[in-house]
Amino acid sequence: MTEGGVNKGRRRFLGAATTAVGAVGVVGVAVPFVKSWLPSEKAKAVGGPVKIDLSKIEEGALVTEEWRGKPIYILKRSSEILEGLKDESHKSRLLDPESSNTNQQPEYVSSDSRSVTDDVLILEGVCTHLGCAPKLYYEVKPEPFDENWSGGFFCPCHGSKFDLAGRVYNGVPAPSNLKVPPHRFDGSLVVIGEDGGIA
Amino acid sequence: MSQNKHPLMAWIDARLPITSTYEKHMSKYYAPKNFNWWYVFGLLAMIMLVNQILTGIWLAMSYVPSSEAAFGSVEYIMRDVEFGWLLRYMHAVGASMFFIVVYLHMFRGILYGSYQKPRELIWLFGMFVYVAMAAEGFMGYVLPWGNMSFWGAQVIISLFGAIPYFGEAVQEWIRGDYLISGITLNRFFALHVVAIPLVLIILVVVHVLALHEVGSNNPDGIDIKKHLDENGVPKDGVPFHPYFTVGKLPAVTIFLFVFTAIIFFFPEGGGYFIEWANFEPANNLKTPEHIAPVWYYGAYYAMLRAVPSKGLGVIVMAAALAIPFILPWLDRSPVRSWRFKGWMSKVAIIAFGITFPVLTWLGTQPATDLYTNLARIFTVVYFLFFIGMPFYTKYEKTKPVPERIGG
Amino acid sequence: MKKYIVAGLLYSFSILAQASVSGVALDSIDVDASNKESLQNGAVIYMDYCMSCHSLEYARYNRVARDLEIEENEFVERFIHTGAKFGELMENAIPEKQAKSWFGSAPPDLTLVSKLRSPEWLYSYLRGFYADDSRPWGVNNVIFKDVGMPHVLLQLQGLCAVEPSIGHGEALCEEYASEGSMSAEEYDAATYDLVNFLAYMADPSKLERERLGWMVFLFLGIFFVVSWLYTRELHKDIH
Repeated sequence: MTEGGVNKGRRRFLGAATTAVGAVGVVGVAVPFVKSWLPSEKAKAVGGPVKIDLSKIEEGALVTEEWRGKPIYILKRSSEILEGLKDESHKSRLLDPESSNTNQQPEYVSSDSRSVTDDVLILEGVCTHLGCAPKLYYEVKPEPFDENWSGGFFCPCHGSKFDLAGRVYNGVPAPSNLKVPPHRFDGSLVVIGEDGGIA
Repeated sequence: MSQNKHPLMAWIDARLPITSTYEKHMSKYYAPKNFNWWYVFGLLAMIMLVNQILTGIWLAMSYVPSSEAAFGSVEYIMRDVEFGWLLRYMHAVGASMFFIVVYLHMFRGILYGSYQKPRELIWLFGMFVYVAMAAEGFMGYVLPWGNMSFWGAQVIISLFGAIPYFGEAVQEWIRGDYLISGITLNRFFALHVVAIPLVLIILVVVHVLALHEVGSNNPDGIDIKKHLDENGVPKDGVPFHPYFTVGKLPAVTIFLFVFTAIIFFFPEGGGYFIEWANFEPANNLKTPEHIAPVWYYGAYYAMLRAVPSKGLGVIVMAAALAIPFILPWLDRSPVRSWRFKGWMSKVAIIAFGITFPVLTWLGTQPATDLYTNLARIFTVVYFLFFIGMPFYTKYEKTKPVPERIGG
Repeated sequence: MKKYIVAGLLYSFSILAQASVSGVALDSIDVDASNKESLQNGAVIYMDYCMSCHSLEYARYNRVARDLEIEENEFVERFIHTGAKFGELMENAIPEKQAKSWFGSAPPDLTLVSKLRSPEWLYSYLRGFYADDSRPWGVNNVIFKDVGMPHVLLQLQGLCAVEPSIGHGEALCEEYASEGSMSAEEYDAATYDLVNFLAYMADPSKLERERLGWMVFLFLGIFFVVSWLYTRELHKDIH
């Protein structure tokens, strides 16, 4: 029957149209369920920026603050350390000496010292291997884990090593440099969690 | 044409009866072709059950079931969680819509005698679903820990005090404390989120299985299985899928219009779905001016208050909830559908259809003299509907029932 | 069909629901969450006169600033005097036990008061104060008899010497015991803004909710048409 043939086409079209519109509806209903899992206003408020006063921090003494549940390392470095960070033979021991992995630091930190102001280093104290907190070994002297230690961070969990700009060494489990969180300076304060570099 | 099964489907079917189950319950389950608008409410009830479960799970992700934090956690959901307000309203409005739909679904059963033999078990399981829903709704309303949550719980739990000799002990056992406290709240949370939903799901599955075993009734009350064609398919039946699944989409859409209109434009339902008194935290030293249960318990509350004695009131209220269970055995009519019953049944059904909503409304109002007297009258009508049924259904003259639908 | 009846009934109930509480006549008020200027003005009054005793502890400063279209720095400077951060909840520091001894009961949080009591009640209450020497603070209120709260807005309204007329369409106060800095019209406008602000506080997502509602209706309309046509097509099989 030709009438049957026309009906079949119309039926298929209407069926497809109903399914398509229905699918849009299903996605629409799913949106609130999925979005409700995003960080709530409370999480965002608690995870808001943290202000730290730098005026009393001494050179070589690691200050640890918390931001979004992560330890934030704040370290004042000497000018010799800073010179050492640019040294080519030192950089040849590093996996990513130029910080080309852009996920690990904001663009406003310089590549050698990985900081906004040369002397103050701000890092997330989270080893990029499996998340332990690396320990600071500031002094330039031989260590059991490295005869030619030029100062930096050593992770006790699986032996990853990072220099005093948080850059990872070759041949350790950690795959990338320690992360630099977004931060900006405001007089003698540093605000962790807000971008801007120098205010 | 139907034996060209996809090899994956054949593999699964050899291990788990997916296709045969699908055919038995959907594509080869034959429902009467004269289903009218009254027959959409079962499907809508299932949709609402899914809605309550999904939104309920999502709310439980942010809600805190402690007396100190519960009220604040609801406001946290409403303000701080993205789309939390929508999930909350879908759940609260959904609860009321669930009851509206279920009441209409039950009334359809009364109209067309869907509880009569061989469908008594379907009706019984359905009644258990209703009671489980009532418990679920009661406990759910306590969870926000607003002032009406507290005082509503106070009233309901005090009803158990009417039990002779054991009353006090039972109350304390339910509360887990000397007063309604965070301990009560926490256990209600566990029952509301886990225990009763599981019971509800099992009951609904059994309810539908019992239905599919004997087949659906219809507005004429005719047994369509009496007239089968040469393939054993009822001549007056059509496959459930797609005619009553896809075919019901327009009706479902109209329902969704109503549902979403309430959610998005007056989500408290004018104070009937979320009572205004619940917008302050539970305070055991401050009784709300006017304690009313949520509307869907109104009829029973009206009957309770209509009886001047507390003990007798509780008995009347319990009897009102219990008597519909035996409906299949009260109805002695040789005919199922009211279309073919005598005038006494028709009057009784219409009277009942007016009585229950009126009692429901009366239960939400303050107990003035006028309203109390009205409640008394309607309580009597309510019980007469059931108690009189063995008599008026047996002795009235019924109309002849056709053999085939449309015949 | 039944669904339309149900919807119609529910809608009419919602209008009746809050017309009056325990028989006391109330003045009517039309709150409007889209009137940002009114909300801002109400927020100012609330912060200046109410916040020290009545917290808004379920709301956050940054959300209010965003909804009222006030910029962060301006908001922090004008409104946050407790040292709280912009993203924090709007709590206050009143000591609860002392407050109870001063006022008879601790001043309640007001985030949800507009839903608890209704905007009509709040509007009538704020204009319902009058002089009463028998009371601890020298004032009473026609809407909330023997209220423990002093007339905090007294310097704006003045103090009515007799019980004000509420809900009868007459002028509010026949005779003032003391004059305030505002005229009767100005005070009515100020309390409108304050109540409007409180109505917003109780239901901050209202505008977004209604906007989404229309989009949902549009979708359901389209879906209804397409599914109905399809169903009609399917039903040609049956009859």
